[in-house]
Order: sequence, then C-alpha cells, then structure tokens
Amino acid sequence: MSSTLPDLSNEEIKRYSRHLIMPEVGVDGQRRLKGGSVLCIGAGGLGSPAAMYLAAAGVGRIGIVDFDVVDYSNLQRQIIHGTPDVGRSKLVSAKDRLLALNPHIQVDTYEEALSSENAFRLFEPYDVILDGTDNFPTRYLVNDACVLLGKPNTYGSIFRFEGQASVFGMKKGPCYRCLYPEPPPPGLVPSCAEGGVLGVLPGVIGVIQATEAIKLLTGVGEPLVGRFLLYDALKMRFRELKVPKDPDCPVCGTHPTVTTLIDYEQFCGVRPAAEASVVSVASNGFEITSVELKQRIDKGQPPRIVDVREPNEFQINRIPGAELIPLGELPRRYAELDATEELVVMCKMGGRSAKAADFLRSVGFTRVLNLKGGVLDWVDKVDPSQPKY
Amino acid sequence: MRVTVRLFARLREIAGTAELTRTVEAGATVGSLWKDLAREHAALAQYERSISSAVNADYARMDRPLADGDEVAFLPPVSGG
Repeated sequence: MSSTLPDLSNEEIKRYSRHLIMPEVGVDGQRRLKGGSVLCIGAGGLGSPAAMYLAAAGVGRIGIVDFDVVDYSNLQRQIIHGTPDVGRSKLVSAKDRLLALNPHIQVDTYEEALSSENAFRLFEPYDVILDGTDNFPTRYLVNDACVLLGKPNTYGSIFRFEGQASVFGMKKGPCYRCLYPEPPPPGLVPSCAEGGVLGVLPGVIGVIQATEAIKLLTGVGEPLVGRFLLYDALKMRFRELKVPKDPDCPVCGTHPTVTTLIDYEQFCGVRPAAEASVVSVASNGFEITSVELKQRIDKGQPPRIVDVREPNEFQINRIPGAELIPLGELPRRYAELDATEELVVMCKMGGRSAKAADFLRSVGFTRVLNLKGGVLDWVDKVDPSQPKY
Repeated sequence: MRVTVRLFARLREIAGTAELTRTVEAGATVGSLWKDLAREHAALAQYERSISSAVNADYARMDRPLADGDEVAFLPPVSGG
C-alpha cells in the first residue's frame, strides 16, 4: 500500500460518514481503503456481491478479471448484472454498476482468462486478491501466485447450499494447498452449472470475502487466517476449522518445490486442447447428434433413449420417449436394459452421459451411443419450444 | 469408542446424511474410519485422495489416532464461484 494516503474530498466524507464515525475505521481507515486495491478474479456469483460492497465501501481501485458474457442463468445470483445486461460483457456490465454505485473509485477490467503467463502481471499492482473463480485449475493458480508474490488471497467457494471462506497466502498462515495438496480428479466435484447453487449462497460467501479484504486493507480486526469457515445455508450454521501452515506444503512450506507458476490445467488433469480434439475424433463412432437422432425417430426406428440426468432436470425438458435412469443409479439398474440393444444415452450437455456410456460398455453393452451436446443441443437444433436451463 | 462423523458437500449427499456416529476399535485413525465409511458407501472411495479432514475442529491428517467422543469432519474440495 502506498505510504502516503490520499485525502478524502468533502463529498467522500459525506458518503462514508457511517464508517468515519467508528473509531475502528475513522478517517485514517477510510483513507487506507481509498489508497487500497483489490483484484476480483471473476465477476460471477462470488465476485458480484464482493465487488459491489468493496465499491460501496470506497476501496480506491477495484480490478476485475473475466472474459464471459452475461447469461439469463447468471441473474439468479450474480446481482452485479441486471436483465438488460444479458448478452453484454460481464466486465462492461460490472464496471457500469460499480461506477454507478460509487463514482469516486477506479475500476480496471481485464478481459482475459487468468493464466500462468499473465497472473503475476495482473496481481502485481493489487494489495489483495479475491478468489471468486469457478474451477480448480484457476484456484490453484490464484493460490500459488498469491503465495509466490506474498499477497493475501481472500478465498471463497460454494457448492449447492454450502460455502467455504478463508484468507490464504499470509506469511504466518496456511495456503489452499496446506488444506488440499492435490486437486480432485476431473469430473469428481460438480460445478455450479452441473450441481446447481442456491442463489443467495454466493451472496453470503462473497460478502465474507469482501469483509476480509476490507479488514486487511484497514488493518482492523482479526483476519480469517488459519481458520477455515464453513457455512451451511440449510441448517443456517457456521463452523470453523483451525488449519495450521503445513511445513511440507509444496508452495508455502519450508522446502517448497513449486517456486514458479506451473501448467494448472495439466496439474488438475484437465485434458489439454490438442488431446481433447483427438479423443473426440476417435470417439465419433460412439456418438450421435441430435439431428441424427431426430431422423431416426422420424423414420420410425427410434433407439432406446436413456436420460441419465436427475429427476428434477428431467422435469424441465426431455426428449420424447426417453427413460430416466440417473447416472448414480445406473450401476444397480443397468440390468433393466438389454446389452445387445442399441442405446442412446443423454444428459444436459453430454458429460455425464459419456461416463454412463463408458460404464455400460465396461459391463458388456456393445451398441451405446452418446448424444453429443445433450438435451441442450436437442432443444437448439430440434425442439426450440422446450426451455433450457 | 464412539465417534461422531460430519460430512460436507458431495460426501453428505452420497452418505445421505450430514452427521452420523460410529463405533471404532482402539487404535483407529481418521484414515481407518474413512475406510469404514467408504465400505458402507462405495461412492465415497473415489474421494479418498482429495478430501481434507479435521478432528474436533482442528485440521488432522489421515494417520491421526482417534479418541472416544471425537468429532471427525471430512471435507471434499468445492470449486463453485
């Protein structure tokens, strides 16, 4: 943080009066906020409420990294964006909203995917990094970059009705890798798009992240360092775990083996792009497109269609004639199917049904086709009258 | 010895409950308790290398011995944002 703090204008004094009259913040604390900066990684569920409160609180410089476009399905939780913003860049939409909230701040936007190549450059000018990403490779990247640069990482993460928050990357505290040294295998942990999320949940967790960022900038209170906060919205309960710094941590331990940023996609087992295209070419014999499936149905030769989504998804949209066997039930229900019959397996986008197809082939099914692009592609190409989710 | 187990996120969904109690033998560890649970719910097994655990709200490794009355938490990583 700069050693000479900026002064507050009369307008700012009026705006921040509820801060200024508290001795814990006061004029000096507010000047620290004005001289401070936070980089939000992502303008999604967590980044939306976090950035709005940081802006309202008067954090002088807010950076946002994102490269997405606002979609209708974002609006249930990403409250920085409004209905008229659908189709706009999230960065443009977020910047407009933040400056409408507080024109006294500076908002810098970075329309790029955070990577090992740009992370140091993007993080360097900021005091605090706020991790609001939605995938493991980026989370490990943010963690490592913060540790290597010595910057605090106000971390938050969500799953359906549960959230976690902590402050990582502080000298005396642990980092994310002290808690989770190894990423889970790809596909094991569902994302919000796959698993769903209660809209208000990222509001709670994102605001905790913003609170921690504000405390770090002002130096007030006890930061959430060495403590892992767990929130359960259904039980409305907070729990806290004590997490010490791991001396054997590969990044922040006493003998670190990770001393520069690595390839995080590879580290997390996410298939590199080149290999992915090879696999999809190789697996062409195992796929069917929604147009091809429609032609088969129209010709009166419909294959048996198995929808491996969950019942609540099946309620939203479906392919006529499809039978529901959720992926998790398939191992004990596959005997309901005939191993020699032609089967088309399908889900929302094709990921879960690819697993279902692999499983069925492993137990002896010989004629399994995966519906490419899932029911969403079916709605796009064949039956636009059905809703998408 | 009786211990209480708390499961979070996907683990809770697989086991169908967020909290359960188990009787374990003397000498049991966090890791042996986890293996017991994974035998009851096969779908848990794939999370073994990815979870973190805590005993009485303190982060604990899999080799940590258990005592009567301990509360053991198993947390899978989550990545939603």
